[in-house]
Amino acid sequence: MSGGKPDTVELRVSLFITCFNDTLFPGTGRAVVKLLERLGCEVDFPPDQTCCGQMHLNSGYRAEAAGLSEQLARAFDGSDVVVSPSASCVGMVREHGDPALAERTWELCEFLTGPLEAEDVGAYYPHRVTYHPTCHSLRGLRVGDAPLRLLRAVRGLDLLELPEAEECCGFGGTFAVKNPDVSTAMLSDKLRAVGDTRAEVVTAADNSCLMHIGGGLRRGRAGTRAVHLAQILASTEDDPEP
Amino acid sequence: MTAGFPVAAKKALADTQLRRNLGHATRTIRDKRAGVVGEVADWEQLREAGQAIKDEALARLPELLEQLEGSVQAAGGQVHWARDGAEANAAVAAVAKQHGVDEVVKVKSITTDETKLNDALAAEGIGAVETDLAELIVQLDNDSPSHILVPAIHRNRAEIRDLFRRKLGATDLSDDPAALTAVAREHLRRKFLEARMGVSGANFGVAETGTVSVVESEGNGRMCTTLPEVLVTVMGIEKVLPRWRDLEVFLQLLPRSSTGERMNPYTSLWSGVRAGDGPQEFHLVLLDNGRTDVLADAVGRQSLRCIRCSACLNVCPVYARAGGHAYESVYPGPIGAILAPQLARLEDSQTLPFASSLCGACADVCPVKIDIPEVLVHLRGEVVDRKGTDAEAVAMRALAGVFGDRKRYERAQSLARAGRSPLGRGLAKRLPGPIAAWTSSRELPEVPEQTFRQWWKETR
Repeated sequence: MSGGKPDTVELRVSLFITCFNDTLFPGTGRAVVKLLERLGCEVDFPPDQTCCGQMHLNSGYRAEAAGLSEQLARAFDGSDVVVSPSASCVGMVREHGDPALAERTWELCEFLTGPLEAEDVGAYYPHRVTYHPTCHSLRGLRVGDAPLRLLRAVRGLDLLELPEAEECCGFGGTFAVKNPDVSTAMLSDKLRAVGDTRAEVVTAADNSCLMHIGGGLRRGRAGTRAVHLAQILASTEDDPEP
Repeated sequence: MTAGFPVAAKKALADTQLRRNLGHATRTIRDKRAGVVGEVADWEQLREAGQAIKDEALARLPELLEQLEGSVQAAGGQVHWARDGAEANAAVAAVAKQHGVDEVVKVKSITTDETKLNDALAAEGIGAVETDLAELIVQLDNDSPSHILVPAIHRNRAEIRDLFRRKLGATDLSDDPAALTAVAREHLRRKFLEARMGVSGANFGVAETGTVSVVESEGNGRMCTTLPEVLVTVMGIEKVLPRWRDLEVFLQLLPRSSTGERMNPYTSLWSGVRAGDGPQEFHLVLLDNGRTDVLADAVGRQSLRCIRCSACLNVCPVYARAGGHAYESVYPGPIGAILAPQLARLEDSQTLPFASSLCGACADVCPVKIDIPEVLVHLRGEVVDRKGTDAEAVAMRALAGVFGDRKRYERAQSLARAGRSPLGRGLAKRLPGPIAAWTSSRELPEVPEQTFRQWWKETR
């Protein structure tokens, strides 16, 4: 592995996979495990975790959200460090979740560039890639350029700047189905921006936005695929990710 | 009766001219604002000062309003208290009648749009002439404003030329902005010189000195506040500031946030009346119209900090595509989505708190740091609490039950995988409601053969 290997061997990390990734994007979870283990962490998966309650809170179901939030905190009772490949679910834990859990929960890019002090994670991904900063990573968690620094260090990767990158893709959880027309108008502009880069891959720190952008790309047979950042960072020459 | 945001927005989205006009205009103002805000080293401290002053004013509201009343009266003005729009409109109409006035000139004012003052005056036989150029355009077209600061943002030059040709008799008019402005100027100058009564809103009212302020770009507002014999100002009670020196903060925050200018061209300040100079009679109408109810709500009250700069509209991806009319309220955009449901009955605008992807761009630019997404989510909770049990509530509560227990959650995951069969997928595509709303423009993700937790269990 090329440089940047941190001296954090045997750091025990609990994976907060999120219900969404667990059910629909297990490949992202496998990639996080592969990546963190490669960087010397010991990863565990507390099985009582389900959902952080974000969808319920943002849809107006406050009591249900509070119950789920408490349950999530109990599931991670025995964890010192919690890492998740979802900026929006981490944002939910930070802003509305159990304060003690919030303190020890990290979004993946934050964790890599913060405690692990890694930028070059030894990845190889020979593709043309553009990065969409999701609203929750950009304006919620304020991860800044951490994802870009990680991507720039990936060997073989051709990083292309996304025009109007900071504009929302129009997902917004239940917004996408409660206001499908406005959501689609926002998505159209995002897809146009992605198309303008001529990238093969659009990546982000959240599969929810990527499901939206990717769903639009597939509908249009656009020739660009949506891949979570964790999968790019987990990819190596010997064990490439799609 | 309103159509609701999703329906109204769908109609607006189909208007390609509107999309182009809005996209161009919001992007221009957004970039200008970013430029002039970026050059202020202590912008964050200014925002914090703005928030602190507004919070102080709201916490001391009854006391400050009585102080304002006293200082306006001491300076020779008269003060009227209006519980709602009807009382405010009646106060304005009474002054007009007292002076036998049948036409008033108006400074651009959203507060008087909120009270529907023009309609109320018309019912009393009194004409109201909008003198802000964009408000005039909207009025001549029997249209309604679609932006707080730029009411005719949905119109472009060619459309305005056609309107002026029709309504102001300006044949042979080109779409050159200078030519368009010259026609409006000629029309308005006559109105200014004839007018005996002016009506304005207020950006600020200073309790300490009794000074009322209007901030504008064109100077037409100042014509209305200085030429007529009588001036009536309708001011929302949340516009009160404790001290004269507080203006220092807001006169920096407002122009940079609204028009993207370092300083606005015209800042008018007046305290009561002065013999031989300007209007000889001044009335201040203090309007509640739901504001004290907003103040009583611990989360919602931050909405009353709003100084109507409209920076949140210009950065909002929803507003930039749907436009202001889709909000069906005089307060459009992100601030409208929280103000309209709070000032009026929530039941009448219950789709507005959901008219946002919660992207947070509005909160980042707000000069008085209103956490608009926080208030939106709070209002969504209020809507759900009041609506009773419908299909969505049943589904959401059932889903919370599934997520609430690991065993039920894992069983539900197995069922989702069963839906991977061609039969299951075919069925899903025909389902009404949320799935159809999604698949109208986006593919559904493939449900994988194995969940993450199954993989973990099998390999660890």
